[in-house]
Amino acid sequence: MIRLRELRKSYVMAGRPLPVLKGIDLTIPTGELAAITGSSGSGKSTLLNVLGILDAYDSGSYELGDVLVKDLTEARAAELRNKYVGFVFQSFHLLPYKNATENVALPLYYAGIPRRERFRRANELLERVGLGDRADHLPNQLSGGQKQRVAIARSLVTNPRLLLADEPTGALDSATSKEIMDLLVEVNRAGTTVVVVTHESVVADRCPRRIRLVDGLIAEDQHS
Amino acid sequence: MNPFDLDRWQEVGDALLASPVRTLLSMAGVFWGTFALVVMLGFGKGLETATERAVRGMATNAVFLWGGKRTMPFQGFPTDEWLELDASDVEPLRQLEGMRWLAPRNQLGGHRGSGVARRGPEAGTFNVVGDVPEMAFIETSRFDGGRFLDELDLDERRKVAVIGKQVAETLFADGADPMGDWIEIGGVPFKVVGLYHSARTDDMGDREEQTIHIPLTTFRTVFDGGRPSVQWFAAVAEDNVSASDLEDRMKVLLKERHHVHPDDDMAFGSFNAEREFGRIRRLFSGIRGTTWLVGSATLLSGAIGIGNVMLVVVRERTREIGVRRAVGATPRDIVRMILMEALVMTSLAGFAGLVAGVVLCELASAAIGPDNPSFGPPQVDATATLIAGVVLVCAGLLAGVLPARRAAAIHPVEALRSE
Repeated sequence: MIRLRELRKSYVMAGRPLPVLKGIDLTIPTGELAAITGSSGSGKSTLLNVLGILDAYDSGSYELGDVLVKDLTEARAAELRNKYVGFVFQSFHLLPYKNATENVALPLYYAGIPRRERFRRANELLERVGLGDRADHLPNQLSGGQKQRVAIARSLVTNPRLLLADEPTGALDSATSKEIMDLLVEVNRAGTTVVVVTHESVVADRCPRRIRLVDGLIAEDQHS
Repeated sequence: MNPFDLDRWQEVGDALLASPVRTLLSMAGVFWGTFALVVMLGFGKGLETATERAVRGMATNAVFLWGGKRTMPFQGFPTDEWLELDASDVEPLRQLEGMRWLAPRNQLGGHRGSGVARRGPEAGTFNVVGDVPEMAFIETSRFDGGRFLDELDLDERRKVAVIGKQVAETLFADGADPMGDWIEIGGVPFKVVGLYHSARTDDMGDREEQTIHIPLTTFRTVFDGGRPSVQWFAAVAEDNVSASDLEDRMKVLLKERHHVHPDDDMAFGSFNAEREFGRIRRLFSGIRGTTWLVGSATLLSGAIGIGNVMLVVVRERTREIGVRRAVGATPRDIVRMILMEALVMTSLAGFAGLVAGVVLCELASAAIGPDNPSFGPPQVDATATLIAGVVLVCAGLLAGVLPARRAAAIHPVEALRSE
């Protein structure tokens, strides 16, 4: 599913290049549930952005399934994100003026799916994450856990190959965190490859594979 | 990619309705600009209509010409001599190329002079003029009864009179029908054969209605002791002939006939309606130009206002744009979204302003009434509306370009990081 080779990326800070990823070699097979951990500044967010085709890299290569993700135009990157990748963020990132159904349906809008079909699929997904009765609620009428469920529904609505979760439980209490992780495990069991970036060991321990980044390199790669 | 995709407009509507107060406030500028433009154009048109109506009834290519004072000695004639036009000038003037109508006129008491007319106990001071039938084509009055003077009246020097409405109101205050009745001018009885009111609405129209027309031949016999003099000529040029040109050629001919120095410009006085109308027309096109300038400038500042708000909106919605990018929006999608929002705002505001302006013009029109002398009904013509619409759409796109470009430049990673 994911194959990284000698992946390097640096940012320019105060006129000098600051290497963030210093040669990552990583393979994540289809159907895996993997956690990427590391302290802040270890490069885990950057890695996630590269995996999610939100950011480019300097050298090496990244293959997502049968696609070589390299030197893409913005339009092509957007298309690939829409088709193959779903995102879940720490702060949910729902559009405040759209209700749950509309938020979940948003990726399908950019996929060019007709409105009725979009909403049908969005409501299906909301049922699946247990929020069928909250479809017409605005984000500010939902609890943190419910918002994250809506966000997960949104990330799955295009049937992506890969679900990327960036600190998905970072803004939630421990009980809700557990519920969300249960949901992600369930999603993974249904066949979607899931990569979770976290610094919480409780979250990482729910993942069969744990990759620890230190200073832009893979320091540890555990399977359990 | 269908630009009329309803979905896309729905998306824009959702975004605009998300903060309705801000949307309305930012639309105010364009609303006001369009409203002002439409109202100013409408009222300008009303003023123009009123002015046109005031001078209605006078041929726009008319020339008036009268004898003046010789100021340059020529062929033995001394200066300071008054020049008198006479009946022998009529035919040569009529032969001029481009001359459509020529009418000599004499007035009792001279230019702007007056005479007293009576009927029993009623009396009044009026303009008493001697006319020829051609005058009816130059000063086109509206007849309420009877007719204007004809050739037979002149040939037979009939004692007949055509009177204006205000003359009738004074002399026939008892309500009698003037037609066929008799009035006295300078002790001589005249039979009323025509009654008219003026088509004009200004004070010239008043003067016209205070006039008694009698045959020029009768006038000469009764009031001029049989002298064939002509106080002034009224002339109308053919449609494709310039009145100024005709005026010049009339003067050349008369100077020749009356032994006047070719450069003596004071010898004959004249008034050229075409020149006057031209002046009025230029005035109105100036007003129109100013209206468009001011209106468009107001509109532009409204559009800039919307552009400004959109810049703020883009900044505030950075995170939203990041989310949209993350779930698959291309930079083009984002540009289109912002452009359409700006376009919808300007178009809606402009349309509302247009409608409000037209409604105000219609209301004013109803209040002013169809025949107000000083103000015509404000009108907004279709062309102006169309142009305003095109200007609006351009303004909308203009307002959206900068914010849209800025929105497209937002990098999703940074947008998502911003809180």
